[in-house]
Amino acid sequence: MTARAAEDRPPEAPALPAPAGTRARALGRLLVPVLLFAAFAALPAAADALGQTFLVSFATRVMILALAAMSLDLILGYGGLVSFGHAAFLGIGAYAVGIAAEEGLTEGLAVFPLAIAAAALFALATGAVSLRTRGVYFIMITLAFGQMAFFTAISLSAYGGDDGLTIWGRTEFLGGTPLEDDRAFYFVVLGCLAACYLLARAIVASRFGRVLQAARQSPGRVAALGLDPFAYQLAAYAIAGGFAGLAGALLANHTEFVSPAYMSWHRSGELIVMVILGGMGSFHGAILGAIVYLGLEEALSHLTEHWRLLFGPFLVLVVLHARGGLLSLLPVRPRDG
Amino acid sequence: MPPETQSGMSLTLAAVQTLNGLQLGVLLFLVAAGLTLVFGVMDFINLAHGVQYMMGAYFAVAGYALTSNFLAALAFAVLGSLALGLLLERLVFRRLYRRSHLDQVLGTFGIIIFLNELARTVWGATPRTLPVPEALSGSILLMDGLLYPVYRLAILAAGLVVAALLYVLVRWSRAGMLVRAGASNPRMLSALGIDVDRLFAGVVGFGAMLAGFAGLMAAPILSVGSSMGDDLLVLAFVVIVIGGIGSIRGAFVGALAVGLVDTLGRSFATDIFKLFLAPAAANEAGPALASMLIYILMAGVLFFAPSGLFGAKTA
Amino acid sequence: MRRTLLAAAAAAALAAGLSGASAQEKLRIGLMSTLSGPSAALGEHMRDGFLLAVKHADGKLGGVETEVITVDDELKPDVGVEKAKALIERDKVQVIAGVVFSNVMAAVARPVTESEVFLVSGNAGPSVLAGKGCNPFFFSASYQNDQMHEVMGKYAQDKGYKRMFLIAPNYQAGKDSLAGFKRHFKGEVVDEVYTQLGQLDFSAEMARIAAAKPDAVFTFMPGGMGINLVKQYRQAGLADSTPFLSAFTVDGTTLPAMKETALGLFSSSEWTTGLENDANRTFVADFEKEYGYVPSLYAAQGYDAAQLIGAGVKAANGDLADKAAIRKGMEAADFPSVRGDFKMNTNHFPIQDFYLVEAAKRDDGKFDVKIVEKVFDDYGDVYAADCKMK
Repeated sequence: MTARAAEDRPPEAPALPAPAGTRARALGRLLVPVLLFAAFAALPAAADALGQTFLVSFATRVMILALAAMSLDLILGYGGLVSFGHAAFLGIGAYAVGIAAEEGLTEGLAVFPLAIAAAALFALATGAVSLRTRGVYFIMITLAFGQMAFFTAISLSAYGGDDGLTIWGRTEFLGGTPLEDDRAFYFVVLGCLAACYLLARAIVASRFGRVLQAARQSPGRVAALGLDPFAYQLAAYAIAGGFAGLAGALLANHTEFVSPAYMSWHRSGELIVMVILGGMGSFHGAILGAIVYLGLEEALSHLTEHWRLLFGPFLVLVVLHARGGLLSLLPVRPRDG
Repeated sequence: MPPETQSGMSLTLAAVQTLNGLQLGVLLFLVAAGLTLVFGVMDFINLAHGVQYMMGAYFAVAGYALTSNFLAALAFAVLGSLALGLLLERLVFRRLYRRSHLDQVLGTFGIIIFLNELARTVWGATPRTLPVPEALSGSILLMDGLLYPVYRLAILAAGLVVAALLYVLVRWSRAGMLVRAGASNPRMLSALGIDVDRLFAGVVGFGAMLAGFAGLMAAPILSVGSSMGDDLLVLAFVVIVIGGIGSIRGAFVGALAVGLVDTLGRSFATDIFKLFLAPAAANEAGPALASMLIYILMAGVLFFAPSGLFGAKTA
Repeated sequence: MRRTLLAAAAAAALAAGLSGASAQEKLRIGLMSTLSGPSAALGEHMRDGFLLAVKHADGKLGGVETEVITVDDELKPDVGVEKAKALIERDKVQVIAGVVFSNVMAAVARPVTESEVFLVSGNAGPSVLAGKGCNPFFFSASYQNDQMHEVMGKYAQDKGYKRMFLIAPNYQAGKDSLAGFKRHFKGEVVDEVYTQLGQLDFSAEMARIAAAKPDAVFTFMPGGMGINLVKQYRQAGLADSTPFLSAFTVDGTTLPAMKETALGLFSSSEWTTGLENDANRTFVADFEKEYGYVPSLYAAQGYDAAQLIGAGVKAANGDLADKAAIRKGMEAADFPSVRGDFKMNTNHFPIQDFYLVEAAKRDDGKFDVKIVEKVFDDYGDVYAADCKMK
């Protein structure tokens, strides 16, 4: 029997949210991220005022996973490439910090580039193989590489194996320890998120980004223009890996601990869910998705031990009633359009 | 044990391990068949297939608790899974057929979270079990000191029977013809006056039944617990991707390949490493490689056949 | 009515003012446990045991009004760290108790103890916290991981087994367990098999065991993996020919699923329902009445963890700010442990007895483990020598 359905099926990555006039879209693209980042910037002060200083630590984690989700969105939302092994990049970034610290290297100017490069290289190598496949096959082959990284981490008994590795101090910069202060670390993470957000938007707006998006919609036409869609997709895959590696380095610094659990396929699945939940194909959608996913998890788990009975149906309802993710529900469309 | 006395023994051992691999493969096939059928016909990624396997096992446990009869447990598992499958189809799946794969992923992921927690809420966190049915509780002496449970042979037989049945059904029956036609052109079917909705619901229900049946068959040898379907789901996806999505034959071959590679890898990887590595290093590398083998197999297959072994070239 | 309440409140406030505000501060305990996923049963046992101890103390551990905030670490180290930080910063807990798994413990130990919050283990006892990394704010109410495996190694040695087949999951705790076993076992290890974490089917391993014909098998196979292993061990006919020694495999969390298949299989434990002392009789009876199932060692450890905290608070006369006094109280460990014999070692791990236990069916049809023999008396762990408590 044949595998494929009718030609009129939507492509692997869905269309962007329904257009509501270009001006409204432009406004949304400006307003939502500005509001999101303003909220993050104001959060520590607000947390102090409310006496909820714990929120700062929680928001740090949210921003780090938002960065990872955003990097996934670069290839998923814009490149149409659903990576189901994205947590491996996160984990490799984290392990780069952990292993470097274990070997006595704690200088941030060396460690952070190392983490980014390690994850990007892994993405480059596995992407070169994975990009031979399409659709669900691509999802599964990226899962395969993710699982290989996961099992490798488990067998690294010199670095804690399955138990993971405690990092005895956050990464230093030029001999100082600016990250040790949680508040300072928060703003460093926020800065990374903002910088990567702007960089990612610049990438997709560039010629490179336009080719990448064209390659999602019709690889044949891109090839007809004399461009190699494979090269563009591979480059995007490696860039996304680098971003996720940075997120991993930050995560390792945040928890001061690395573990193979960072690379499990469950975590990869969570990242995909965050991206779809928020609304793919716009980086602030991925950020929003991470906020809502982790925020709901945190809030609901205080209500009842069986909070997943509420969380599961919530995800189903979002799919059924908010095409294009939560972003499509936001009232950012002015009446005068 | 010195290696020279082992050669005869290791041959028997290899044969036994092959049998074990086949039996694991058959179990995987039961889960993968429903998954690939639904995927192939409706182009629908059903991540909830794994929890349907879990629910099948729980239905069987519940049925057995009520009746103390394995056949009743079987009926509970199969009919319960069918009902659950139809309910999910009606409430959720049906609205997702025409949506993108990613929407399907998110929606069915939500169902996984819900059903895993529901099972834990209803049946508790302590794993449950189902006894081996009386008639199949015997065992045969397969090699010195190792009894092979008849029940495991029954799993093997059941899997092979289901595989043959499926092949005949899809290939030769009117329902199978409709399913194949529905996969390639659903509009044509509606034009011919066929109720496509019912056809699709039937396929989902049938897939759910297979998953539930697999859950029942696994329950006497494995423990029944919440989230038991999660890892199996990933294995089932590995199987259908190796075989080529939508192909029952591919699922069968893929399942046996995964079962064999996994079992034989676990049995012999460390020993093979010991031939050229120090025992400590072999103990490190062997199990790590054994865990990865099926993923290496999948990556290798996809490298040479990007649409799986029996997949349509356009996929 | 309203007025009497107000009057009572005023009186209470006055009393508080007189006796010193600090003594009236509530004892807030964060109970971290694994409550979701395949290993949730262990976490539920531990939580229920802990809460029963709080109930037995009329909600006042060490005489201080106690509030317990339960969180689920999901068996993910980073989630554990996040929840621990929330407990410390948001809920202002003075103690974090529980933690089932060593990898979560390894992750939370540093942030918790650095915040000078007491960390009282209800189960996990990784070697680093017992040795070089021992900490004045860390206490174990359970055991050091290696000890349970050492019990079986000692038993195998005493029993005169010459050839052992060892099998454990391929992760750190699995490797540690086999190392712990070999500490007292001096015979031949015919094979050492590491299985995949979360492995379901052990038929390949069964065939290897049968081929190797060992005197006995030792395994560490926690949770659902152990259930599958035991069922398949029985079905392969090995249970009748080859003695089965285990740690954390045959216990109260897995027996409801193993049932008859586990009968006669051995495990190690520092506690059973049948230990003869008053505290234990009360604990077991009330636990079964309250929760409707047979308590496991995790429940007992949870119960003792709460009692240990109570002993510390009591020694400080309820002054939660006096951390030195609380520590002294926990080091003295003056409470009626359900284990009977219980002392605190210099590294804040217990010195206690260890038993060989066997799965058995009770008269009411439920399954439990019963003591076969005592293997170690007043036994401390080997890492205590490396601990230089500050």
